[in-house]
Amino acid sequence: MNRFFAHNRHAVQRLGYSLVTLMAVLTVIPIVSTILFILYKGGPAISWEFLSGFPHDGMRAGGILPAIIGTVYLTIGTAVFSVPLGIAAAIYLAEYAKDTFLTRLIRIAIINLAGIPSVVYGLFGLGVFVLFLRFGTSILAASLTLSIMTLPVIISTAEEALRAVPQAFRTVSISLGGTRWQTIRRIVLKEALPGILTGVILGLERAAGETAPILFTGAAFFLPRLPVSPFDATMALPYHLFVISTQVPEMPVQIQYGTALVLLVFVLSMNLIATVIRSRARARRQW
Amino acid sequence: MDKSLTWREFVITRLIQACCYSAILFVLLIFFFLLREGLPALAEVELESLSNIRWYPIEEYFGILPLISGSLIITLGAALIAVPFGIGTAVYISEIAPRWMREILKPLVELLGGLPSVVLGFLGILIVSPYLRTLLDLPTGLTAFTGSLLLGGIAVPTVVSVAEDALDAVPRAYREGAWALGATRWQTIWRVTLPAARSGVLTAVMLGVGRAIGETMTVMMVTGNAPVLAVRLASLFSPVRTMTATIAAEMGEVANGSVHYHVLFFIGMVLFLISLGVNIAASSVVFRAKKRAERILS
Repeated sequence: MNRFFAHNRHAVQRLGYSLVTLMAVLTVIPIVSTILFILYKGGPAISWEFLSGFPHDGMRAGGILPAIIGTVYLTIGTAVFSVPLGIAAAIYLAEYAKDTFLTRLIRIAIINLAGIPSVVYGLFGLGVFVLFLRFGTSILAASLTLSIMTLPVIISTAEEALRAVPQAFRTVSISLGGTRWQTIRRIVLKEALPGILTGVILGLERAAGETAPILFTGAAFFLPRLPVSPFDATMALPYHLFVISTQVPEMPVQIQYGTALVLLVFVLSMNLIATVIRSRARARRQW
Repeated sequence: MDKSLTWREFVITRLIQACCYSAILFVLLIFFFLLREGLPALAEVELESLSNIRWYPIEEYFGILPLISGSLIITLGAALIAVPFGIGTAVYISEIAPRWMREILKPLVELLGGLPSVVLGFLGILIVSPYLRTLLDLPTGLTAFTGSLLLGGIAVPTVVSVAEDALDAVPRAYREGAWALGATRWQTIWRVTLPAARSGVLTAVMLGVGRAIGETMTVMMVTGNAPVLAVRLASLFSPVRTMTATIAAEMGEVANGSVHYHVLFFIGMVLFLISLGVNIAASSVVFRAKKRAERILS
């Protein structure tokens, strides 16, 4: 057997290459076909009424406007908390922190935050924001829960972007009399901005598509009107899709596919924007 | 330097330092609240009842073994799918694919990572499970196997991106050395590059498994949610229920502060500790690998 392989190592190479290529193909095909399938099935459901109307007849008819608006609110709410906090933390890690025990502890904490199951974030949000701080089931509580979940994504990508800025930029600025913070704010942040933006959008994309963390912190089954304050509960696209595909009997399939399509477009367009920013920045970069 | 500038600089530095430390604070806060709400369960429910094989909260049966076994069997199935496909795809992207192909494949796999799990669950209910039901001639398509299949897909992007980074980090000189000795490209991949990247690949596998254990919506939608002890191979083709799905499905209906509420938090605590263990193990593998690399280079 061994001699066979020794003599036929080029045959083995062909076999190995085909196997690995096949695996890559089998990984990619379901992704592409999932997206195309939902586009194909959900497309006919999309109409102005569907996008701008309220659901009625127990969600079996009408539109999904409150769910769309709710997801927009939640995404903005998440951004309000997680973006400044995440970028600040990344600046500290990339520009100030020395390799001490505490820094290592922070890194371990960030890795762990990234790994905590989303439903556990939901429990935490329920315990802290909804009950302990008495925010109730609200956009505020859900946004806070989602922002802690998003934080590790933003911190790690922003730190990477900051570290990619060449040291020479900082040296020049400091030698011209700039303080450390001035250097960071006017030089380093400016250069790292596309990278940071990419991370922020990817983090928010994840928050927009999540269901489990908002299940008991802010999502509502059905609301007859749009939320008006951060203390109101809200409908949201992912939760709405969950509700109409498991909780409502005799649900028209077209509305389900339409909702899935809107959610997918919402999330994928964020992904696309992030990819475009990244590749354009890479093309323009001069260092 | 003018004094107000120094003062401002000081305040800003302290402020961003505080933001950074908040990461530790959040982990501690999460753990503290899970303990606070979950530990009372141990006082209210006897250990014997918790280790029972029946989960039927309405009649005060709080056996969490079926839920743990459900999580394990689905995660195992998902790992069996995600590990070979994830590593295979990573090898293809990093070692074999031409540059233009890599530029297409990487964002595509990232895209899969960004697909909301509720969309996959939705397709699981509507397409995958009816198809599997007729294909395998089962009484229901909502089984552990369906969950494993979809969960495998969810874990793949994690495995691919971490394993690909690890393969990418193997110095080119290793490969050139192998080629110079007459090894084929495949022999180089199999005997040199993959072994050199093994700690990173191991991290990829662990993070993928961690991702699978914690996934909630997809498994809740496609596994049938029957809390039965899953220990035999046949359980793979019958409905099961995971820890995550139990929390998600029942937390909305329990009274705050009830026994059931505390038990659900207790399950959350177990999940938290599992993910803590997986992630600390995964990151310590990375640290060790880094140290070895530093030793070799110095």
